[in-house]
Amino acid sequence: MHRFANPTQFMRIANAIYPWVAGLAVILFVVGLPIALVTSPPDYQQGQTVRIMYIHVSSAWLMMMIYGIVAGGSAAFLIWRHPMANLVAKASAPMGAIFTGLALITGMLWGQPMWGTFWVWDARLTSTLILFFLYLGYIALNDAFEDSERGDRAAAILALVGSVNLPIIHFSVEWWNTLHQPSIMKLSGDGVKSSVDGAILLPLFLMMGAFTMYYLAVLVLRLRSELLAAKIRNARMSQVAVDAAVGQPAE
Amino acid sequence: MDGDDSSKDLRTQSFSGVGLACRRGGRLVFTGLDFSISPGGALVLRGPNGSGKTTLLRVMAGLTHFTAGHLAWDSVPVEDPDSHAARLRFVTHLDAVKPALTVTENLAFWTALWRGKEASIAAAMAAFDLTRLAEFPARLLSAGQRHRLALARLLVAPAPLWLLDEPGNALDTASRDALARAIADHRASGGMVVVASHEAAFVENGDTLDVGLFTPKIASHWSDDELSGAAE
Amino acid sequence: MSVFTSILARDLRLAIRQSADSLTVVAFFAIATVLFPFGVGPEANVLARIAGGVVWVTALLAALLSLDRLFTVDFEDGTLDQLVLSGEPLSFIVLGKVVAHWLTTGVPLIIMSPILAVTLHLPAEGYLPLMLALLLGTPTVSLVGAVGAALVLGTRRGGVLLSLLVLPLYIPVLIFGTAAVEAALTGVSATPMLSVLGGFAVLALTLCPWATAAALRQAVE
Repeated sequence: MHRFANPTQFMRIANAIYPWVAGLAVILFVVGLPIALVTSPPDYQQGQTVRIMYIHVSSAWLMMMIYGIVAGGSAAFLIWRHPMANLVAKASAPMGAIFTGLALITGMLWGQPMWGTFWVWDARLTSTLILFFLYLGYIALNDAFEDSERGDRAAAILALVGSVNLPIIHFSVEWWNTLHQPSIMKLSGDGVKSSVDGAILLPLFLMMGAFTMYYLAVLVLRLRSELLAAKIRNARMSQVAVDAAVGQPAE
Repeated sequence: MDGDDSSKDLRTQSFSGVGLACRRGGRLVFTGLDFSISPGGALVLRGPNGSGKTTLLRVMAGLTHFTAGHLAWDSVPVEDPDSHAARLRFVTHLDAVKPALTVTENLAFWTALWRGKEASIAAAMAAFDLTRLAEFPARLLSAGQRHRLALARLLVAPAPLWLLDEPGNALDTASRDALARAIADHRASGGMVVVASHEAAFVENGDTLDVGLFTPKIASHWSDDELSGAAE
Repeated sequence: MSVFTSILARDLRLAIRQSADSLTVVAFFAIATVLFPFGVGPEANVLARIAGGVVWVTALLAALLSLDRLFTVDFEDGTLDQLVLSGEPLSFIVLGKVVAHWLTTGVPLIIMSPILAVTLHLPAEGYLPLMLALLLGTPTVSLVGAVGAALVLGTRRGGVLLSLLVLPLYIPVLIFGTAAVEAALTGVSATPMLSVLGGFAVLALTLCPWATAAALRQAVE
């Protein structure tokens, strides 16, 4: 674990996998998108709208996986004070928020033809919306302090509190949903799961793989730029320090 | 002073730090800092404002995390922050006085929390000339009086180590003498004192430690060396 | 436990001396609830339908408003440094402060709730479940809110940020709190919902003081 605390070592591994994940992302998108959006058969019930699923489910998968990474990185940061773990969490959170937003939008677009309205208080759509707010809270708290290190620690604690709460929120919303809307057709997965068909599973897995590889590739880029920013901060601060030393009368 | 009987149970222990380094807001405040205080000893931290005296006191108190080195109490490494906190009193530049409570109530709260004796409250007020103000709400107190109230907390429950951050600020001559007496008594019974001050008052025959006299250094989470390979 | 009682006694004494603070929270609770008839119209059956939910939502917002100050004053006047350095388990200190907060804001909100429910035409069988749900739910609100209040110490926009952090975490309490009232109105037993609220309170009691203590430690670091 401590091996990864050093950014140089960490980035050596990250840079080594970068061409692979970026290449895989491109290949999977090039192969997967035409299959998902054009050549795969329409669903017998949902028709062409089933194609939104390939994007929706992939986004939903990433939004959950990234929250796990944010929580895990935060835990590692709080326990071992590994700044690199925190950097991974911090760099991932905005992407998690974006994929959550994408899951929400695709969910609404899918809902329009299926339910006749853009928004229904469906359990998963509602849980997704709450997760979106949890992401926003993490990002806002991280950014709320003059001293960025305090923001890191506070946001890390929040991420852990959120991860404990997520199952409770999910269970509550599921229960609330069955209480109020027992007969609504559920969003996500179900439409796909109900017809376990290679013609639908193949594009789904291709898209989930493509999204995951895309996330990993962008994560490496974000880590790189965060570390460059740290380098710039260091350079600026030494400038300030030199300035202060020059300005100060000799004691 | 009347508080003497309660100070007798101070254990005579030593406190030291080796190779301490501390980073705040991306800046290395100090590095390779050593100190050691023996029973009855005193340490005066000197240095200009912003040199890291307060940070060092907070490190000694176990509040602020240090990036290198270690603290030792009687040669045993300091690990549990709570048990370390129990053997020290820290007077910061914030007086922690509740304006809605009377002077006595303010002191009584800390006495109960630190498991001190009720009787020591009166003695502590007497030592810092607060007896006349005992039943006044603290909101009526001047800055100097509030600061004396903060200092009186030192005497309500004995603790072997006192950390004082600029204790002379806002004090008149008589109160300075009272503080000097309290410190002398504390040391006479084996207690230790660390004073951050740009004036060397209050403490006779104390060691001094100059803080922040090296060139300011930069330290974000990572050094430039660590970053050099990473951010290409 | 002496730590717990010392803190509790001090915070209660402070709250009584500065009782305007608690009154302000109750007044906010009242005015926010009274806004709803203006928003949805004064028809008794419409108001009766939403009464439980409205009282719960405004109670949550009122509690949130008061939580903003839970640690701020202690943080700014240096008391928090001294509490962290008390040598006693910080989670006990947190618990003392949270219990004091609940007694001085949660309890007044519970007492006030039936009066506000009257203005919303809540049917008679809804009052007991509403008050019981608030009694079991507001401790969780105080405990979870304390974590958020500790996390936002020293931020530029504490209050607004606190709402963003904490309100999503209140959703389960809100769901089961209003469900308890609704169950009673439809003639079903409210006991299962109340038990779930009790379960949330126990869970919050075991986890939140500890998380709050961690947040406070990093705030004074």
